[in-house]
Amino acid sequence: MAQMNMLEAILSAQKTMLERDDKVIILGEDVGYFGGVFRATEGLQAEFGTNRVFDTPISENGIVAAAIGMSINGLRPIAEIQFADYIYPAFDQIASEAAKLRYRSGGEYSTNITIRTPCGGGIRGGQTHSQSPEGIFTHVTGINVIMPSNPYDAKGLLITAIESNDPVIFFEPKRLYNGPFYGEPDKPSVGWDTHKKGEVPDGHYSIPFGEAAITRAGEELTIITYGTMVHVVETAVEMTGVDAEIIDLRSLAPIDYDSIINSVNKTGRCLVAHEATKTGGFGAEILSIVQENCFWKLRAPIERVAGWDIPYPHAFEWEYFPGPKRISNAINRIMEA
Amino acid sequence: MAKGQNQFSGGNSLNQLYVPQPTARPDGFNDFSHLHIPDVEQAACPAIDCSPHDMRDLAYGLIRVLDDDGNAKGNWNCKIEPQRLLQGLKDMLLTRMFDERMQTMHRVGKISFYMKCTGEEAISVAHAAAINFEDMVFPSYRNQGILLARGCNLVDMMCQCLSNARDNCKGRQLPIMYSWKKGNFFSISGNLATQFSQAVGWAMAEAQQGGNRLATTFVGDGSTAELDFHSALNFAATYSPPVILNITNNQWAISTNQVIAGGEKTTFAARGIGFGLPSLRVDGNDFLAVYAATKWAADRARAGLGATVIEYFTYRVAPHSTSDDPSAYRPKNEEALWPLGDPIERLKTHLINLNEWSEEQHNILIEEIKIKLKKNYKQAESYGTLKTGDRPDVTTMFGDVYEDMPLNLRRQRQEMGL
Repeated sequence: MAQMNMLEAILSAQKTMLERDDKVIILGEDVGYFGGVFRATEGLQAEFGTNRVFDTPISENGIVAAAIGMSINGLRPIAEIQFADYIYPAFDQIASEAAKLRYRSGGEYSTNITIRTPCGGGIRGGQTHSQSPEGIFTHVTGINVIMPSNPYDAKGLLITAIESNDPVIFFEPKRLYNGPFYGEPDKPSVGWDTHKKGEVPDGHYSIPFGEAAITRAGEELTIITYGTMVHVVETAVEMTGVDAEIIDLRSLAPIDYDSIINSVNKTGRCLVAHEATKTGGFGAEILSIVQENCFWKLRAPIERVAGWDIPYPHAFEWEYFPGPKRISNAINRIMEA
Repeated sequence: MAKGQNQFSGGNSLNQLYVPQPTARPDGFNDFSHLHIPDVEQAACPAIDCSPHDMRDLAYGLIRVLDDDGNAKGNWNCKIEPQRLLQGLKDMLLTRMFDERMQTMHRVGKISFYMKCTGEEAISVAHAAAINFEDMVFPSYRNQGILLARGCNLVDMMCQCLSNARDNCKGRQLPIMYSWKKGNFFSISGNLATQFSQAVGWAMAEAQQGGNRLATTFVGDGSTAELDFHSALNFAATYSPPVILNITNNQWAISTNQVIAGGEKTTFAARGIGFGLPSLRVDGNDFLAVYAATKWAADRARAGLGATVIEYFTYRVAPHSTSDDPSAYRPKNEEALWPLGDPIERLKTHLINLNEWSEEQHNILIEEIKIKLKKNYKQAESYGTLKTGDRPDVTTMFGDVYEDMPLNLRRQRQEMGL
């Protein structure tokens, strides 16, 4: 085991797969010589050559389309989209092509691409470096949508993504790259060396899709979340003293029905938290699953805490961010209901 | 099968993946001696109604006016009156010093982000000088020189960067993502090249309504790879609207050299040829050349002859942004060896040659701008910074998502206790 931050874990997953499978290649903006603007591919071009790790023109559409084409001809591409906020020019290639290729060809053709992209706010990035567009992609059937919350999961899930024969969008909450973020921007940052999930095996391991992690076991309330919010929710739970069970979904599509249903049936109370905007967000899907499966066990209305339905405002980052205060208020409301 | 090969890999295949590389990396040296810089007097200046077919050479050559000694020569010398040149010099110097001031403010933590345009001042400033104030600009994020040349209030620009109570973007955008409707300057997007095709639409509407204004828009060499660039050229060729499609080829898009944008085997101006658009390639560090090319394109647009593509050949002296460190991917001092020099120095030398300017006057001007920037910054900061003092009213956070606030937002605003 080694101590890794989330970037190092993501780098390690890619290196592991480049070593194991000579069909794995990496393409994207600035990923080659420079090693990516967040350094998630640092040193990989020097080690594996420009034939395996290379820079692309600044065309997200082109990156995804080329990756699909390469996958059809035997390769296993990892495409980096520099920020999730810049993924939209590639939407047609993802939603109409990658997601539907297997189905429309009667299973003759399929694409194995992995699209890695940093998402989420909390880094003063303004509206074009802070978005969480996962809900747009979970609504597209035919792609897997993954968002890890720690280095250990990031590496294991990314290896699964690369090995998967279906297309995967792998969202990386950039605020978590260097350490867990507990939702309190004024407190000093801490590194992943303070967290047990900062311990990451050097070699190959994988975490299956569709398996949530229970990051805190509890009896009184189930909180379903993912990404950066996993840690923010922890703070809120501590603030309230409620014995909450925290479920880190990790994999949004496919989703782990059993973990959600079993937990809510046990606690009878449910809160959903995500950083993305609320209306039409992935939280609504979780809420429906709970309502459809746990209605007779519910003791209080299910609540959602999410980003407000506005673009991510630069100057009001922390007013926008669904922080511990808003979550703890929601916890208290549910417990008092 | 050998590693990395497929079942068709044979001994006689000549195929291998070609990945272009820049001339040099940090451990190397690049003096740009591989570049062919044509003579000042070489480029022909066609009539504005010239067929794009008959002026293709201009997409591969380089339109220059100022020679190495600072004298104006050649077919593109449109003999600009000295007062206009002097104003250009002042605006370029203001742009450079504004950038330096704001970069310093970033360093001391007063603003969260900044992007300089060092070495590229002539492109924005001369372009702005050669079009009308009423003409609509769809800028990229490195066109602050247009704002300054159009007389945008310095305090307003600084307040935007400070995200304070006087920021006209109401704290919603990163620093430098300006919007200035009164100055006919479109809201800057953080997404690349999106403005390029929008400018064409604006110009289509101008033509449809029989107006006399034109649209002008900027994109970088790297961003020419985006779909919007190609949509823009396609629509501009199809509808012949009054638009100037400008490409600032400053060699670097963060760490991505222009060879990765397809700049190795042709020029960026030559992109226009395939669409049947007149296409000019211009020395972007030559104020007089940028002015002349812009004037040519503007005259053509106003004569109802449609769009022009212009590539400005220049060098990004500055880092991409305050989040970037170019020493990780390009040779140190590469910018000092750029063969087309510094735009401010070159215009200054020209004006001194014309006996319209002197080193003493130049130094006095620098001092005046310093004082002006200091005074304006002091005022801007008195309205607050992102960290201290007044920010825009937090209740405005929910505004402007729609014209009228829908119920979900009104409820969320109430939930926030506002």
